[in-house]
Amino acid sequence: MSDRVGIIGIGQSHFRSRRDDASYPDLVREAVVLAMADAGLELDAIQAVVYSLSPDAMVGIGNAERLGVDAVGGRNKRFLRINTGGSTGISSVAAAYYHVASGACDVVLTAGADKVGECGDSQTVLNKIWDPTYERALPLGTINMLAMSAVRYMKNTGMTQEDMARVVVKNRRHASLNPNAHLRKEVTIDDVMASRLISWPIKLMDCCPQSSGGAAMVLASEKFIRDNHLDAVWITGLAHCAETYWMGDRMGINPTAEHADAHALRRSFERSYKMAGITNPPKQVQVAELYAPFSNTEFHAIDAAGLCDIGASVPMMREGQFELGGWIPVNCSGGTLCTNAIAVTAMARVAETALQVWGRAGDHQVKGAKLGIASGNGGDHQIFGTMVIEA
Amino acid sequence: MELLGRQEVWNITYDHALGETASFFFGQIRDNKRLFGRRCAKSNRVLVPPRAFSDETLLPTTEWVEVGPAGKIEAFTMVYEAFNNLPDPPYAFGYVLLDGADTALGGYFKGIDLSDPDAAAAKLAIGTRVMTKFREVRKGDALDFWFEIA
Repeated sequence: MSDRVGIIGIGQSHFRSRRDDASYPDLVREAVVLAMADAGLELDAIQAVVYSLSPDAMVGIGNAERLGVDAVGGRNKRFLRINTGGSTGISSVAAAYYHVASGACDVVLTAGADKVGECGDSQTVLNKIWDPTYERALPLGTINMLAMSAVRYMKNTGMTQEDMARVVVKNRRHASLNPNAHLRKEVTIDDVMASRLISWPIKLMDCCPQSSGGAAMVLASEKFIRDNHLDAVWITGLAHCAETYWMGDRMGINPTAEHADAHALRRSFERSYKMAGITNPPKQVQVAELYAPFSNTEFHAIDAAGLCDIGASVPMMREGQFELGGWIPVNCSGGTLCTNAIAVTAMARVAETALQVWGRAGDHQVKGAKLGIASGNGGDHQIFGTMVIEA
Repeated sequence: MELLGRQEVWNITYDHALGETASFFFGQIRDNKRLFGRRCAKSNRVLVPPRAFSDETLLPTTEWVEVGPAGKIEAFTMVYEAFNNLPDPPYAFGYVLLDGADTALGGYFKGIDLSDPDAAAAKLAIGTRVMTKFREVRKGDALDFWFEIA
């Protein structure tokens, strides 16, 4: 592919629990207006819209992309809704990328919003992602499925509950520097350890919040960007990878993937790196926004990104290597652990990485970063998307 | 200004068909207190819960194989938080590799004191041997059985 695809505009809400001042389409529009202003374009310039929307039940509106059509200026335009669960946001950016890379369009908008804080039963909604035949009768949810991942990761690598708390302390410190983050109050290891137990070993502060807010991005062809003298950063690698549905197949005898780890995330990163020509991720990656809604999952995400061997992320976290100012800063925005508006969470990972390599990340900027990575996880850590973004 | 809201409840009823494979599995549990998996002839792996096809070989599974009732713990958690429309805490559940199976089956762990979480976690450690127990009156679903430490 000779013609590159660039990111030319980014918009994000100040995320918080509730936005009682704004309806769902109001929130989508808020992000669109910010992204269009950032791109310096009018909506007329947009040729296609990719609508970022995870399970309908989270916003309580069936096929809410219908309601959102006007908020994104979708009338008379190509329009596509994307839903891959937690990875929806990065999948939406990928779909926007493919619109441009195919030559079908020059300028594409992707946008969405979520109001998870209005859903009183998010784990009940997420229980419904399990098959109604065998497993629905069990109290499965995203917290306890990842608690079971933590239990296996602890056994395999020696990760402790204090190690998990260290991730929270780091990400909250980062979030305190990011005005868009939802949970911005700094905490200590003792605070995390003393927070109430949800699903052993995951405690309240090991969990992401239920956030409301929107995000939008504008992507364009290299030709359009050059012809219009626009500023951009470039998506140089992207991929997805899926993993078996059955959690019980990621354990047992000779499993093809291990539930403690994130095999498909690793494969997705390998594909993205190959496309971007990255041969030595620990040497080449300068900043990472890795989807990790619970503290323990940041470890297997770092491992799967190839930044270190499996389990080596744990001692490296103790040494502070993933902090701002450290070796490879991870989740400088505070990450999913501090903000989770599900429909756009993985888009925020892409947006934050883009801002970093653009040098526009403000107080949580990694000095001089020119190459970053982003990821999103959907389903029962199952449908992964990854990107490499370069200045 | 005063910002208004309105509450809404979704309450939708589905009558799901289980299909032939799961019907056999739950029928055997309900009627005979026996557990079965399906073997893939190509990989020789016994899939539990049983499936009509293997996700590795993409071939139809060909044979019913009795598994368990004993097995070992592969994953667990204990839940201490109440969620709407989910069971009252605390409870423990997870995945067990039944003897003769290659993949793990989800179910509750019962008969464990959950008052001290770290102590309960030690009792449920991965690798611990368990035995499947069956409900007196069974209706053919995943709540007909649970696991207890052997």
